[in-house]
Amino acid sequence: MKKVTIQINKKKIVVDEGRSILDIARENKIEIPSLCFHPDLEAKAGCRLCLIEIKGKNRLLTACSIKAEQGMEILTSSPKIERARKINLELIFAQHREECDDCIWKDKCRLLNLAKKYKLNLNRFEDRKKKFPWYQFGPSVVFDSSKCMDCRNCVEACHKQGADFLELREQDSFFEVFPTKDPKKDCIYCGQCLTHCPVGAFEAVGEYEDIEKPFQDKDKTIVVQFAPAIRTSIGEEFNMKPGEVVTDKLVAAIKKLGADKVFDVSVGADFTTMEEAKELLEKIKKGKGVCLSSCCPAWVKFLEFKYPEFIPHIATTRSPHIILGALIKTYWAKNQGIDPRKIKVISIMPCTAKKYEVIRDELEVFGMEPVDYVLTTRELARLLKKRNIDLKKVKPEPADNPLGAPSGAGVIYGASGGVAESALRTAYYLLTGKNLKNVDLKDVRGMEGIKKAEINMEGFKARIAVVTGTGNAEKILKELKKNPKAYNALEVMACPGGCIGGGGQPLPSTPEIRKQRAEALYKIDARKKLRLAHENPILKKVYKEFLKDEKTIHRICHTSYKKKTREVKI
Amino acid sequence: MPPQDIISKLKESGIKGRSGSAFPTGLKWESVKKAKSSKKYLICNATEGEPELFKDDYILKNHAKEVIEGMRIALKTIGNAEGYIYINKEYFKKYGTKLKKLIKKLPISIVIANEEYGKYIIGEETSIIEAIEGKRAEPRQKPPLPTEKGLFNCPTLVNNVETLYYVSQINENRYQNKRFFCISGKARNKGVFELPENWTIRKVLKETGNWPVSFVQVGGGAEGEIMLPKELDRPIRYMASIIVFDKKTNPYLLMKKWADFLMKGNCDKCVPCREGLYRLSEMIKKKKLEKEVLDDLFLIMEETSFCPLGRGASIPFKSLISKVLK
Repeated sequence: MKKVTIQINKKKIVVDEGRSILDIARENKIEIPSLCFHPDLEAKAGCRLCLIEIKGKNRLLTACSIKAEQGMEILTSSPKIERARKINLELIFAQHREECDDCIWKDKCRLLNLAKKYKLNLNRFEDRKKKFPWYQFGPSVVFDSSKCMDCRNCVEACHKQGADFLELREQDSFFEVFPTKDPKKDCIYCGQCLTHCPVGAFEAVGEYEDIEKPFQDKDKTIVVQFAPAIRTSIGEEFNMKPGEVVTDKLVAAIKKLGADKVFDVSVGADFTTMEEAKELLEKIKKGKGVCLSSCCPAWVKFLEFKYPEFIPHIATTRSPHIILGALIKTYWAKNQGIDPRKIKVISIMPCTAKKYEVIRDELEVFGMEPVDYVLTTRELARLLKKRNIDLKKVKPEPADNPLGAPSGAGVIYGASGGVAESALRTAYYLLTGKNLKNVDLKDVRGMEGIKKAEINMEGFKARIAVVTGTGNAEKILKELKKNPKAYNALEVMACPGGCIGGGGQPLPSTPEIRKQRAEALYKIDARKKLRLAHENPILKKVYKEFLKDEKTIHRICHTSYKKKTREVKI
Repeated sequence: MPPQDIISKLKESGIKGRSGSAFPTGLKWESVKKAKSSKKYLICNATEGEPELFKDDYILKNHAKEVIEGMRIALKTIGNAEGYIYINKEYFKKYGTKLKKLIKKLPISIVIANEEYGKYIIGEETSIIEAIEGKRAEPRQKPPLPTEKGLFNCPTLVNNVETLYYVSQINENRYQNKRFFCISGKARNKGVFELPENWTIRKVLKETGNWPVSFVQVGGGAEGEIMLPKELDRPIRYMASIIVFDKKTNPYLLMKKWADFLMKGNCDKCVPCREGLYRLSEMIKKKKLEKEVLDDLFLIMEETSFCPLGRGASIPFKSLISKVLK
């Protein structure tokens, strides 16, 4: 890449030609306010806050969209810039209805921080959108259009998912964001609209008005289970660095909320690994074509709705928290002598789609729902803060026995590639009777949207594709339509980087932050002695004592899928 | 003396683009010609979206043959090129069949502008490029300029109907430095007149029997500047549209008309144009123009809008308020 020298505020900087000025400024700790820019998406240059002056150009330009050229002399602040920025801010404020107390950006709202910095007169203009309606997308996501600042990041994020559920439509001379009325399109509940919205116009259903609810059933045994991806992300809500591992602090904090038991969904993941590995081998042996991963409910919904022809290929194995929830209400309840109907299972999930997953009828176990309630990472953090429980300060406590000790394989489920890696570690064992010499399958790790690998299983080469983003997955599905044998397994997570970038995770969610969250999960795995799901003692015990026959295994660990028509009603 | 090539002829003629931005045509052609690419594009902009502007209508009606000839010359000059006529629905209905006949075997396709995206923004050159690529008609970030990376990322020459018409004249050495003046509004003698481009606005109005006037809007019915009779001793710089107003004109209704048109016609992608126009229109509705707010809105619209449409949207309001309302 050609290097060029530019000046920002008289400081000389040597940079790659063509990089955006905003990017360069941030790297050099030069503050330029911006709102609509998100590193996952195209620079839309719509909010007009990252204004700069460039010598020789006669008007203000935006740092997000201007690329570095040799000799550029840039100012990031001047009386003209500051004045224009303030006016644009006022105009953005005037289209965004504030509801700061109940906002997912509370405490880190860029808009509010800028308003303070620029001493805005917040009442200069009347709110343009105050009468705009809100919409609910199934049990997962709420869109409050009165807060929308028209940056259209959500529309792009939704388009990138291949869902195209959000669209622009003209109303009273404005192109506004709407959920589509097209019956051929539906929300997949991934929540990527939410993570890419700079002003909190999207939130999870119940966020935050219903967060107290799940803990209020006093006559029930409250069992909380937390997902693999939470342990390296929730710290961010308590001023810790992304990727800081807080597993045991999390357990202690949840206990303080009144949970009777706290289990680790990563243990459930070990069961998922076992069953999925069996399915994969079965499909390979019988030449039944590709095995599609089934842990991500947004991906499953995407397939059921948009690609029902692939339903026979989806692994019937249930997702980790559903299996663990079912085990809690059967195996564990029986051992403890508790009436399972008196148990309430709450899952803490990085995900908005999990709120949808838990109400699927197919998941019923002996007339019970395996999981009663889903709270997102953000919701749990908010609840802890509300109760003045500082995660940073609580004394760590390990998760409860017997469903609290996972293998490392169960922990990496939170990152894209983790499911495939765990399943392959176990499939290798099931096929060969031996464990892999090197269990690190690095080809399927990392933040790329599409990763491909070939794993040598003693003579048989398994072809794997690991994908994040359902839009990326469409590319692989198209390949599979042409050549059904192109891959043996396809792992798809709807969110960037996997669950660590989920719609329920702390904000912001940027590539850098997601990378740190994921790397921390791999570090946990690397440090563990127990790194293979099939070697987890509790898994062996449960299979021996409870999951003894195919019928029980099927009841607890497997599900079914069906072709779907549009669910979201607008 | 060897025959002069068309680019030197264009440069010598001094012709500037007739769509509004008045960019020297010769330079534009030269940069597309010089750009190295195995594929290039030519786009004839026939959207004519400004209110009360109908000169391209007139040209397509009377001189379509010369427009296509201009395109033929352009395609030949820039090389490896394919052409598009991006045309509004109404003009396509009127002239589509005729244009198709004239195109014959030339590599030119006609694309009808999708007015759903905003009747005005679809005429902006980078929006045209986006639209032909099958995307939403919204302006693109510049640089890169379309002449470097335009349609399908290839060097692209975008010219107005009128510009291409004159290319054919320049090519045949019969260009007389004229242009088409579109006179409308309360003019006694409305119409399209082909007159010398260096005539002053006053002379144009006088010679066409449209003098005296109360005030005029010069440069388009949406973003043209309001000018008083005493200001008309200069030629038109940009779009040759003159809208005549009489004493009975209600300035608030006029501003409302502009605001409605611009709000409907813009793409709503950037804050200053979308919200600035809205706040402006609210003040106009209430007939309460606060100077401080106006100054602020004009500043951000002019200085920080994404595309030329937003940057120019303050012109009519600003000039009307300062000259007519006072």
